[in-house]
Amino acid sequence: MTPIAPETAQNPTLEAAPGSPPAPKAARRRYRHVDPIPWWLKAFGGLVVVFFILPTLFVIPMSFSDAQTFEFPPRGFTWRLYENFFTNPVWLDSLRNSFLVAVLTAVLATTVGTAAAVALWRLPGRAARLVRTLLMVPIVAPAIVVAVAVYIAFLGWRLTGTVTGYVLAHTAIAVPYVLVSVTGALGGLDPRLLRAAASLGSSPGRAFVRVTMPLISRGILTGAIFAFIVSFDEVVLALFLRSPVFQTMPVQMYNSVTVEIDPTISAASSIMVVAVTVIFLLPPLLRGRGRRR
Amino acid sequence: MTTTPETTVRAGGAAQGGRGGTEIRLEHVTKDFGLATPAVDDVSLTVEPGEFMTLLGPSGSGKTTTLNLIAGFETLTAGTISLGGRDVSDVPPHRRNLGMLFQNYALFPHLTVAQNVAYPLRERKVPKKEIARKVAEVLELVQLTGRDDHHPAQLSGGQQQRVALARAIVFEPAALLLDEPLGALDRNLRSALQTEIRRIHREVGSTFVFVTHDQEEAMNLSDRIALFNDGRIEQVGTPQQLYAEPETLFTARFLGDSNVFELGRAELDGKVGWDGETWAIDPATVAAHPGVRERSAIVVRPEDVEVAVRREDVPAGANAVRAVVRDVEYMGSYRTLLLAMGDRGLPGRTRVAPLRGDYAAGDEITAWWRPEAQRIVAA
Repeated sequence: MTPIAPETAQNPTLEAAPGSPPAPKAARRRYRHVDPIPWWLKAFGGLVVVFFILPTLFVIPMSFSDAQTFEFPPRGFTWRLYENFFTNPVWLDSLRNSFLVAVLTAVLATTVGTAAAVALWRLPGRAARLVRTLLMVPIVAPAIVVAVAVYIAFLGWRLTGTVTGYVLAHTAIAVPYVLVSVTGALGGLDPRLLRAAASLGSSPGRAFVRVTMPLISRGILTGAIFAFIVSFDEVVLALFLRSPVFQTMPVQMYNSVTVEIDPTISAASSIMVVAVTVIFLLPPLLRGRGRRR
Repeated sequence: MTTTPETTVRAGGAAQGGRGGTEIRLEHVTKDFGLATPAVDDVSLTVEPGEFMTLLGPSGSGKTTTLNLIAGFETLTAGTISLGGRDVSDVPPHRRNLGMLFQNYALFPHLTVAQNVAYPLRERKVPKKEIARKVAEVLELVQLTGRDDHHPAQLSGGQQQRVALARAIVFEPAALLLDEPLGALDRNLRSALQTEIRRIHREVGSTFVFVTHDQEEAMNLSDRIALFNDGRIEQVGTPQQLYAEPETLFTARFLGDSNVFELGRAELDGKVGWDGETWAIDPATVAAHPGVRERSAIVVRPEDVEVAVRREDVPAGANAVRAVVRDVEYMGSYRTLLLAMGDRGLPGRTRVAPLRGDYAAGDEITAWWRPEAQRIVAA
């Protein structure tokens, strides 16, 4: 505790005012006290991390394997599988389709999810809690149930195999993720700031753009990334919605092991793992840069 | 309300806001949240242009709700609110052109000091050059020059409230509403900012409506005070009027200390009796409040109560009561005697100069005061 005392002394007003807005990020971080962690807990934690990550990382060395079948440890080193991937239009089209659907899903789900989160934030009481729970149903409902329901509905509306169909279906399962992350960000937003904005001449819409959005941007960005990834690696809905001319990459990967035995899937898997990881790492990296400013 | 030429002129002036101030008129304003009693119950009040009006009262008395109704954050259940003669009852807050200061400052944490202050000007599409000039000007007015690029979190509470004040007056609003703006500050900072707010009120000359539950703050700052109790206005007047001529027991008790002798229903001409004593009543000191004929009480301020060691020392014509000293509080420039008055030992207090007489707990004395110094209020 000793290093904390002088900090507190330097900032008496911040401590004295209970109604004051939070102290600067950096300072607050320093106040947080963490009890020492015993070595065995660290070791156990490390094991859990390895258990979760290792299977995913296996695909990367495999993708450079010279062997004709899947085997580990990989034999030799070659770019052949990547060459296959980037020269075969079936793979490339599926990658492009996945990107297109994921980007559109991210845009739509983020818009809808953010709007819902803000509305539920301003709506107090039991009704808001009930609606929030209902909106989480797509996450807990079994994927196959959702997929069959969507398939039957979309057959009638002629939406199967269309970009619109994919985007709408993926948005339905991505919105809850946006809702959760934006709701979290709104928890740290002081509603009195919106009254201040109104008193200074902002219409509710302007106040959203100039005050609410900048302050919850991190939650919106996180939600958008989740929505992108939910769509990008979604396979059950995509299997039902696929058409001969429009397939997403997870479906093509599924085909490549069930219909044909194509080892290119190792390269495709690696590309997906790397892409998803990079996108996931975006917010913490951006945040780090923001703090240095 | 009929539109006379006078009100039309006033409305024209209000559109410009700023210097000279705008009249705020509340007529039969009621706000009912659906609870047992309305939060604001048939309140009528006119704040004169350029006036510093304080809405004072205990928590839950309706003062903050009234301010929120003026600001437009709450909708009226009944009544009308007009600014400079223009009915704004149904105008949303962002089109009322009122500045507002909040207890928690409500600065935008993602914007710098300069950006916070520029916010209302940008909303009004003021040219960039003029924004820079006005921001510099108002930051100088609140004595915060040179901190333009700081973020609110880097400032102390007092500095943050100065930024909020700058932001609330920079666009020359029709009036400034202050919702317990000093509530979160410590005592020294509070009094420094009180001086500051008074100075800025003088320099800007705009109408100020200030909400507080602190009677000292209200007395110190206001041209007039509207004292709230249970959603209604108990009394409106200058600080001196409220202190010296309270209409009701609530007012007398809320502002300053008082010795209170309940009379119940009594004839208020000539003499009244209390606990075996007979006291003279000066008709000029009887409150105009109609309730005073139903139930009344005599109120005497501690500084008006004198102490005599013997009954014979009480001057002729004064009202007197036997009392026992319960305790003596030394306050530096004066002492307070805590008394038990009459047979029933009614608690009371008086102030005596430090060098006059030596009193100790248990002393039997006589407390007295001039009939002109007492006030008969509705109880």
